Amino acid sequence: MTTLAALDHVTRRYGDVLAVDDVSLEIEAGTILGLLGPNGAGKTTVISLIQGLRRPTSGTVTLFGGNPADARNRQSLGSTPQETALPTTLRVGEVIDFVGAHFADRVPTPQLATEFGLESMLRRQTGSLSGGQKRRLNVALAFVGHPKLVLLDEPTTGLDVDARHTLWNALRSQHERGATVVVTSHYLEEIEALAQRVVVMGEGRILADDTLRGVLDQVGLRWVRLESADLAGIGALPGVVRVEPGSGSSATLFVRDSDAFVTALVRSGIAFRHLAVRGATLEEAFLTLTAGADAAVTEAV
Amino acid sequence: MSTIRLTMVHTKYNLLETARVPIAIIGGLVFPALSLMFFVVPQRAVANDPVFATQAVISLAVFALLVNSLFGFGLNISEAREKPWDPYLRTLPAPGICRVLAQVFSTGALGLVSILPVIVIGALFTEASAPAWRVIVGMVALAIAALPFMFLGICIGYSMPSKAAIAVVQVVMFALAFGGGLFLPPFLFADWLNTLSQFLPSRHAREFVIWAVQGGDLEPWVWIGILFWTIASLALALFLFRRDEGRRYR
Repeated sequence: MTTLAALDHVTRRYGDVLAVDDVSLEIEAGTILGLLGPNGAGKTTVISLIQGLRRPTSGTVTLFGGNPADARNRQSLGSTPQETALPTTLRVGEVIDFVGAHFADRVPTPQLATEFGLESMLRRQTGSLSGGQKRRLNVALAFVGHPKLVLLDEPTTGLDVDARHTLWNALRSQHERGATVVVTSHYLEEIEALAQRVVVMGEGRILADDTLRGVLDQVGLRWVRLESADLAGIGALPGVVRVEPGSGSSATLFVRDSDAFVTALVRSGIAFRHLAVRGATLEEAFLTLTAGADAAVTEAV
Repeated sequence: MSTIRLTMVHTKYNLLETARVPIAIIGGLVFPALSLMFFVVPQRAVANDPVFATQAVISLAVFALLVNSLFGFGLNISEAREKPWDPYLRTLPAPGICRVLAQVFSTGALGLVSILPVIVIGALFTEASAPAWRVIVGMVALAIAALPFMFLGICIGYSMPSKAAIAVVQVVMFALAFGGGLFLPPFLFADWLNTLSQFLPSRHAREFVIWAVQGGDLEPWVWIGILFWTIASLALALFLFRRDEGRRYR
């Protein structure tokens, strides 16, 4: 496998803030890599280091074997601007032509527009586009130069379900044509739909780097709340990752498999009341991961 | 070669973007021409005198470049700092110099375009005249004398948000225009105003270009002033530029 981009013991500080803390990561050709983590985990900083927008405080970043700060090494890199970034007075077709002019081998504007469903709005100024249309244009811009590596930072944040699925389909078909894609997200759902390999970041560090299945097993936790006089006994049941004591006799638990947990709880004969179960949010799963409360998780870190 | 081509591409879209909001150009293009029409042409005492008329045309050409430099750099930079489009452009395979040169070229092109109506109106409706080679020398002098305006625009762009920049650019523009004798010739100034005026870059630019076009003596305070303002405003611009890099990344 060819390595397209690599971070080697990279640390990046912003003043006192440690945004990326000794991260090593290789991005190999052919995959869709999901970069998952809560806000402030360092995902965007990792992306901007690979783009050459920022330099590491220590460590090295390589892009196609060279320094990403050198424009020539970015010829096969595709990136997206943020939604609010588009110059509002330029037309859609002009923005595509402008970005396309930077690449030796570019997709013709009409073809790119068809692939991303923009053909009816090429003459419109970008300021008149809806949020979903802007996102599609932004993502399309990443693919105008036949890139080998595409970096997408939160490509569907704020989109409705339909628009999100349209964009995911376009991404998948681009990937089938040979583009390696790195996509950051704080939605587990998005990573599940797209990624093959998943890197989980938290507080500037890589917490897990595994296949989608492997990471889902780690972060796909269930949230359980109940009241009981014997919380210690419940905490000792199999599959309980973390117990957060609440007020009085109530507690919040994070468990791997809520069905197995409830079965085990009933069988244990411990009295309980007000049982509630839901999927843990990613934020909660990350807290559990960073707390390192579980042996398996600690190993992956 | 490809750097030149990409610089041209960036210049083209810079201009296109500016042209889509015509009001932004009107200030730069029409205002100097209108000022000439209203302030100079009706005053036959000035308009019928070849020397004074030429000086008035030069003053308004300097004003045109002043307006374009302050607006072109001040507003564009402060707006670009607020929008993530510029960081995105930096991820494209174009050397950074392309974007900087494109900004200079597009502002320069607008400046050149805004001088043309001033020269045409001056030639048609006043007695202003100069040999062709003197006009070209004057253009070169104008480009040199306009450097401080450009750097001041960069300083404004990097030191404040765009809403503040609009106001500050206008205040600075009018202060420099009146104070530098671009609207009213300095011989009408009171003594104190004339003294003050000799410290302003707009006055230096006016005297420098008049010297290039009409000949005569170049007072030392003119070229020393240009040198001082160029170095001082460049140093301040570089300082603000560096400081901004640190701030943007917080």
